[in-house]
Amino acid sequence: MARMKFLCDAERCIECQACVTACKNEHEVPWGVNRRRVIVMNDGRPGEKSVSVACMHCTDAPCAAVCPVDCFYTTADGIVLHDKDLCIGCGYCFYACPFGAPQFPQQTAFGVRGKMDKCTFCAGGPETAGSRAELIKYGTNRVAEGKLPLCAEMCATKALLAGDGDIVADIYRKRVMTRGGRPQTWGWQAAYGEDA
Amino acid sequence: MHAHNPSARAQRRWRATLWSIVAIIVLAIALPSISYVMAQTSGAYGGQRDFTEDRATNPRSDMWRDAREGSGGYTTQTGPYITNTMISNVGENWRQIRTGPLVTYGGWALVVVLALISLFAVVKGRIRIEGGRSGMTVERWKAYERFLHWFTALSFVVLAITGLSLLFGRYVLIPLFGHSGFATYAQFAYNVHNALGLFFSVAVLLMIVLWIRHNIPNKTDLQWFRQGGGIIGNKHPSAGKVNGGEKVWFWLGVVVLGLTVIISGFILLFPNMGFQTREIMAWSQVVHAVAALVWIALFFGHAYIGTIGTEGAFEGMARGRVDTNWAKQHHDLWYEEIVAKGEKPVPEDELRRQKEAPPVRVEGQTGH
Repeated sequence: MARMKFLCDAERCIECQACVTACKNEHEVPWGVNRRRVIVMNDGRPGEKSVSVACMHCTDAPCAAVCPVDCFYTTADGIVLHDKDLCIGCGYCFYACPFGAPQFPQQTAFGVRGKMDKCTFCAGGPETAGSRAELIKYGTNRVAEGKLPLCAEMCATKALLAGDGDIVADIYRKRVMTRGGRPQTWGWQAAYGEDA
Repeated sequence: MHAHNPSARAQRRWRATLWSIVAIIVLAIALPSISYVMAQTSGAYGGQRDFTEDRATNPRSDMWRDAREGSGGYTTQTGPYITNTMISNVGENWRQIRTGPLVTYGGWALVVVLALISLFAVVKGRIRIEGGRSGMTVERWKAYERFLHWFTALSFVVLAITGLSLLFGRYVLIPLFGHSGFATYAQFAYNVHNALGLFFSVAVLLMIVLWIRHNIPNKTDLQWFRQGGGIIGNKHPSAGKVNGGEKVWFWLGVVVLGLTVIISGFILLFPNMGFQTREIMAWSQVVHAVAALVWIALFFGHAYIGTIGTEGAFEGMARGRVDTNWAKQHHDLWYEEIVAKGEKPVPEDELRRQKEAPPVRVEGQTGH
């Protein structure tokens, strides 16, 4: 069985935000809720690197461990999904997640947050695949149609990879072997010099 | 032929030991140096070869190390739950504590405390009023104090049940009610806990302000503790309106744990204040839960002593009046004080007559 994984190649990501836009549009994610975001390290400085971050579909997911109502489940493909009908909006998953993936539609007094929303790996939720209820609560279910997450499919530089962890790892391994592990031999420093 | 000389032999041995140690030290330095010198002179490893370029830290690794340590980057996305941190470390630590020791030790602590109290109840039994009831009562708690007490007590119980449900429900209630059954209740419990918490906080703060004057520690309390509060042994130590044990409940329970629960609860209740990072929220949750668990454990003791543990104690808070014999037994100094102030014990029969036939009816008021 495949074990679905995301991988963002920081040497290829150009911070174009296409993954973010694709995700928002595909799933009609409301304003203020961001299933995916691009984080730029050393922004504006030589050697800056950007990485697209969303739910990493952890094998031992901290969000699932702390959920008081146990609303998370892992699919046979290793995708971590949750049941919005069970979610009570306590926010614990957001505190536990290392990647800041869980999102909520509200942040108001008395801890009212609404139902948690996060990246589904374009695999919907517990509702019937392709149903209207699933579309409204979780967005489209591309995996059920045999497609991969749209963010990765859209990625112009193929920095963001999604799919079977073994295949994703193979692709990345080939890249590293081809270009070498050290940035002195290629990339920014090789093109513009050490001091650029 | 030399005579057998023990001191010369000892000296020889001593010298041999010393030389051996010197030889070991010299060889330990010399032997590795030889290979170093040989490598330098023979040129086998390129003598002057500079390894620094190969062994320099990969500049990229510093960035990844920063990311792993939770340093922030830049993100264009906005929203209340957007963070610029690539990897946050607090969550995993919090998860280990919340799903580990907090649930395990917290749960067992409550069970053990309940068991100990039950054991105490069985062994010691109810503390009776010495010499029975006198049939005469004095006022102990005024109506507004009782209202405050019972409002706080009722809120406390509701908050404890809803709070414990959120902490232990996954382990205890989901197997009973199933996922959707528990989630329906949990949503309700969550909202009730959050709404009631605010009113409870006000009541606790009011309690601190109103009752602090009764709870100033004094020498009588020391004596009270030295005699084990009269629970252990048969002596009845002196006490004012509030005894040493009740003062501990006040200071440790209401003041320290109460304020801890209120402050941490406030942080959790209003995530829209703007200062709550994930770290602050996660640790507030731990502080809130630990303080609440200790408070609940103490509450078990308080509730037992105030109800089935002590004959005649409950009515003081229920209807505000206590039997004079109970007062003399448990709060002798307070009883003397109020009698000296002119408070007259009223016989039960008279109170009952007053209740059945109110003596004066205010003119113009309609009754039936």
